[in-house]
Amino acid sequence: MLKTLFQIGKQGIQTEPTPDLGSDFLLPAHRLRNEILEVLGRSLTIREVDAGSCNACELEIHATNNLYYNLEGLGIKFVASPRHADMLLVTGPVSRNMAMALKRTYDAMPAPKLVVAVGDCTINGGIFGENYACCGGVGKILPVDHFIHGCPPPPIELLKGILTAVRLRYGHPVVQDK
Amino acid sequence: MLCLELLLDQQGATYPDISASFPYANRMQRTIADLLGIVTEPMEDCRPWLNHGAWPADYFPLRHEVTGKETFPACELQDYPFVRVEGDGVHEIAVGPVHAGIIEPGHFRFSVVGEKVLRLEERLGYKHKGIDKRFEEIPAKDGYRLAGRVSGDSTVAFSWAYCMALESICNTRTPARARWLRAVLLERERVANHLGDLGALANDAAFAFGLTQFMRLKEDWLRLNQRLFGHRLLMDVVIPGGVAVDLENAGISELLTQCQVIAKEVQNLRAIYENHAGLQDRFIATGRVTKELATTLGLNGFAGRASGVPADLRADFGMAPYGGHDFKKAVHRNGDVAARVTVRFDEIAESLRLIRLLATELAPGEVVVPLEAVAETKLGAGWIEGWRGEVFIALESDGEKIRRCHCHDPSWQNWPVLEHAVIGNIVPDFPLINKSFNLSYAGPDL
Repeated sequence: MLKTLFQIGKQGIQTEPTPDLGSDFLLPAHRLRNEILEVLGRSLTIREVDAGSCNACELEIHATNNLYYNLEGLGIKFVASPRHADMLLVTGPVSRNMAMALKRTYDAMPAPKLVVAVGDCTINGGIFGENYACCGGVGKILPVDHFIHGCPPPPIELLKGILTAVRLRYGHPVVQDK
Repeated sequence: MLCLELLLDQQGATYPDISASFPYANRMQRTIADLLGIVTEPMEDCRPWLNHGAWPADYFPLRHEVTGKETFPACELQDYPFVRVEGDGVHEIAVGPVHAGIIEPGHFRFSVVGEKVLRLEERLGYKHKGIDKRFEEIPAKDGYRLAGRVSGDSTVAFSWAYCMALESICNTRTPARARWLRAVLLERERVANHLGDLGALANDAAFAFGLTQFMRLKEDWLRLNQRLFGHRLLMDVVIPGGVAVDLENAGISELLTQCQVIAKEVQNLRAIYENHAGLQDRFIATGRVTKELATTLGLNGFAGRASGVPADLRADFGMAPYGGHDFKKAVHRNGDVAARVTVRFDEIAESLRLIRLLATELAPGEVVVPLEAVAETKLGAGWIEGWRGEVFIALESDGEKIRRCHCHDPSWQNWPVLEHAVIGNIVPDFPLINKSFNLSYAGPDL
């Protein structure tokens, strides 16, 4: 027990500042929380669905919850049921075997039903293409609010993409950095 | 390794059922039936494996006469005949394909009495996206990128195995520096995955401290990957003919320093894990796979070593640079979650030792050579001990085009063992047992 406490004490708080959404958009954590509250009236809850990814995107989505990025500290959390989710985070080019499960998960969500697609292969199938087994992109099945590029996108890009999607939907200005 | 060739007739082709000798062949045989329409004689288990109704039963995508681009209207949901357990008080719990977490999709059907699991049957294939057919569309020199995305957590192992297969076809020998760097990358991938899973295992036993600590170490580890090799998960770093990135001296010293820091941190955390009564109570005797069972079912990789099956390609195959480094296999007898945790801790220590050794003895010279041209279509193979187990790739190519390529993930053999490992355990221990193996869905679904 002592060792555990010592380790916690030694480590201290390692969380890093929230990412910059563009040069004009320095966002301190408290403003971000306020903005999420303003837009959604509560915290932002996300349901993740893997629709045929190679599992690399899942590794990076997990990483957003580590103490450096501390997604939950911003009022954003992953939930187990689509019925509790504001946002659907989809990975993979959508295998035909997952298409129905993906659609049903979306249908089970309450409004506002934000959809964010994670990874290059969600755009048009990417390296996996489109064929008898692969739909070739999330857009073929669901309306997508925002695509996060990368193979896989690193955690900081995931954070930016999630925030961008919230703003796009609610008409707040978004400064895209290229 | 044994390569058997069996010529088949065009019509009504069959081949002998080998699942009696190799139980894990069952799902592979069903996959061959789904994708090629070639069945075994006899075929006792005729249930489709990858075909969930997205394409008709008489369409065989891997045959050369179809393009693979054909699409079909979505079929109605088909009933999959799970094996039923009958008896007083027995009920079923159906889980998936969408699980309650950030996990890959698959379906688990538990038959339970109270909390006790009597039987688990898996149904996978939800992620099948036609990778084998896709290989035929891309040039052989680019295939390593697709191979590296068969299972993202094993990208180094798969891309290395692919390159090994292509280089053997092209009769090309990679420079020593490239081989040493590939091994550094493979060991870094192993450490990254073990770090992540050791954290997640503690979390599944309600010890969130472990997750926080190990995720921190893993993040530090991945950030150095990004700095030194340009990709956090090391995708596309192993390329045909060598590696895409060389290490400067400054990079090597960073690598060595980090290995030392991580070794010390992991040692501290290991002591905490071992002295934590609650954690050990959940780990010990949970999800036990005996050596007999592991041998019969062909359990491979670190999970096999945790059940006393001392197979590790890095030692048994002894390919450079693994030969001659006094490589120590991590082996345990108990075969429970605790044993798999112990083997993972041991493997981290050994990989850190190897990385330090390999990085200090890098031979000078180039890191990539061009592939030599080939005159005819040949068969090449790649075989690598990935972090999860043996990754195998069979490639048929003339060096330019790919005629066929099949990537074999070690999870093919290990998934059926999980069905046995949970028998007699309680349902709440399933996540823990599952995580201790951490098998790939994407890998075997292809």
